[in-house]
Amino acid sequence: MMNLSIEELNKITSQVRRDVVRMVHGCQSGHPGGSLGCTDFLVALYFYVLKHHTTFNMDGKNEDLFFLSNGHISPVWYSVLARSGYFDKSELATFRKLNSRLQGHPTTHEHLPGVRIASGSLGQGMSVAIGAALTKKLNQDDGLVFSLHGDGELQEGQIWEAAMYASHNKVDNLISTIDVNGQQIDGPTEDVLSLGNLHAKWEAFGWDVLTMNGNDMADVVRVLELARSKTNKGKPILILMETIMGNGVDFMMHTHKWHGSAPNDEQLATALAQLQETIGDY
Amino acid sequence: MKKYTYTEKKDTRSGFGAGLLEAAKKNEHIVGLCADLIGSLKMDAFKKEFPERFFQIGIAEANMIGIAAGMTIGGKIPFTGTFANFSTGRVYDQIRQSIAYSNKNVKICASHAGLTLGEDGATHQILEDIGLMKMLPGMTVINPCDYNQTKAATMAIAEHVGPVYLRFGRPVVPIFTSANQKFEIGKAWIINEGTDVSIFATGHLVWEAIEAGEKLAEMGINAEIINIHTIKPLDEKAILQSVAKTGCVVTAEEHNRLGGLGDSVAQVLARNNPSPQEYVAVNDSFGESGTPEELMRKYGLDSDHIVTAVQHVMRRKKEKVVLS
Repeated sequence: MMNLSIEELNKITSQVRRDVVRMVHGCQSGHPGGSLGCTDFLVALYFYVLKHHTTFNMDGKNEDLFFLSNGHISPVWYSVLARSGYFDKSELATFRKLNSRLQGHPTTHEHLPGVRIASGSLGQGMSVAIGAALTKKLNQDDGLVFSLHGDGELQEGQIWEAAMYASHNKVDNLISTIDVNGQQIDGPTEDVLSLGNLHAKWEAFGWDVLTMNGNDMADVVRVLELARSKTNKGKPILILMETIMGNGVDFMMHTHKWHGSAPNDEQLATALAQLQETIGDY
Repeated sequence: MKKYTYTEKKDTRSGFGAGLLEAAKKNEHIVGLCADLIGSLKMDAFKKEFPERFFQIGIAEANMIGIAAGMTIGGKIPFTGTFANFSTGRVYDQIRQSIAYSNKNVKICASHAGLTLGEDGATHQILEDIGLMKMLPGMTVINPCDYNQTKAATMAIAEHVGPVYLRFGRPVVPIFTSANQKFEIGKAWIINEGTDVSIFATGHLVWEAIEAGEKLAEMGINAEIINIHTIKPLDEKAILQSVAKTGCVVTAEEHNRLGGLGDSVAQVLARNNPSPQEYVAVNDSFGESGTPEELMRKYGLDSDHIVTAVQHVMRRKKEKVVLS
């Protein structure tokens, strides 16, 4: 946990967004849309909220843990892990390339520091986060467990198994965040399979529900701190985080088309012109 | 034929329950998870002794697998318990991503495997689980033969670091292995040394193989019988040494002919010493309702079918010798 100002956090955010578009451009594949939407959240988490050590230890005892369930937004996670000191930023250039530790979707298989479980096949991360939270309780470890999920991912049934379990068993050292960008691969969630009233659904499942503007750093920091204050009170915490897919790059915003497409050279130049280099490109 | 006798019959799942309790007494990191089948999995004693280390998940097997994977982070050793069908096919992707690919130290413990689940019928009688699990890189697959061996195997997997699939069953079967055996993962157990044919059996079929061996002895056939309790990693050395001596093979398992022990053995032989082989296994079909004994007979998994398979494979061996 560092005491950075909102302005300083936003500077990192701009650099991370540059990393994301450059990484995806570099291998001509990957998922920029959700990555750009969740950048503020991950920067706030790793540079402000989490109590963690960048000398990585799988068990993470007495640390806060984070699990990325929507593993396809790996570019932003890798960038934030590198930028916060888990590994050298030069390794970001290997993203999705042969023999890289930065696989298309996160994995422990290549022993990348910061990753504690593979994700990518959707719907599994909340169960994993609950398991880690239960172990923390057994170990009398007061660290918290955070997880992030896509809104389209809520179409997976396992999420609701996990939701039911966490409230029944008072897993109150868990803060799960849903990236509500309203988009998934085939189009708006409203068209593909509408999610209904998420606030009411999660409350009905027994969670303490908060909302936040995921693209406003001040609000992200405020709500994550509020969430922390609500832990250990008998309920799991759920944050509905509204974001704009593709945030920060105008032509990628408000559309599902950049969910899983890479920019060409010209598009890359346009995108980078909108994202200031603040702490140095990799 | 070495003489094997028994004084008691018990279900292998009770061996699991007893082994789990004993392992948990020795190792405080062991936790138990169950998806609404505590009685069937014989996890009652563990739950009673260690209530704070037992987790009732409800009828939500996918969630159970994910929670188990997550619990390893921080050093727990989770043992999940449900029927074999719900332990594998239902949650294959969860096991693949969160346990196998992530190399998590989870023990997937599966009861009611195969036809001997009996009257509940084919929806619950999985015959594909060995194949599913052995195909996952890094997964250890164990199918012990009786109560004592299942208990010993349960304690052994607690000591082993890495994902394990432990398969056992519902019906009572003879207890013929020793109570205080040391279970060695990946080490085949020679039940009877012989020269005419190698019978490689796993799980409930090991006792059937012993009965078949006695019938064969009366017919003048000296069968080598080997208990392959660990299907992965397979004891290739034991298999090749035996076949070098006997020249023909019968594999016996309560599983589909496709993808089980027989195919694992066939692959070892194809690469090293191609030899006539017969499968005693379910012939690529689903099961049905019936008593365990009726089903094992109807689907060709009893000692008589092993005897027939031996006679057949020995004729093939003879023909092969004549032709060459």
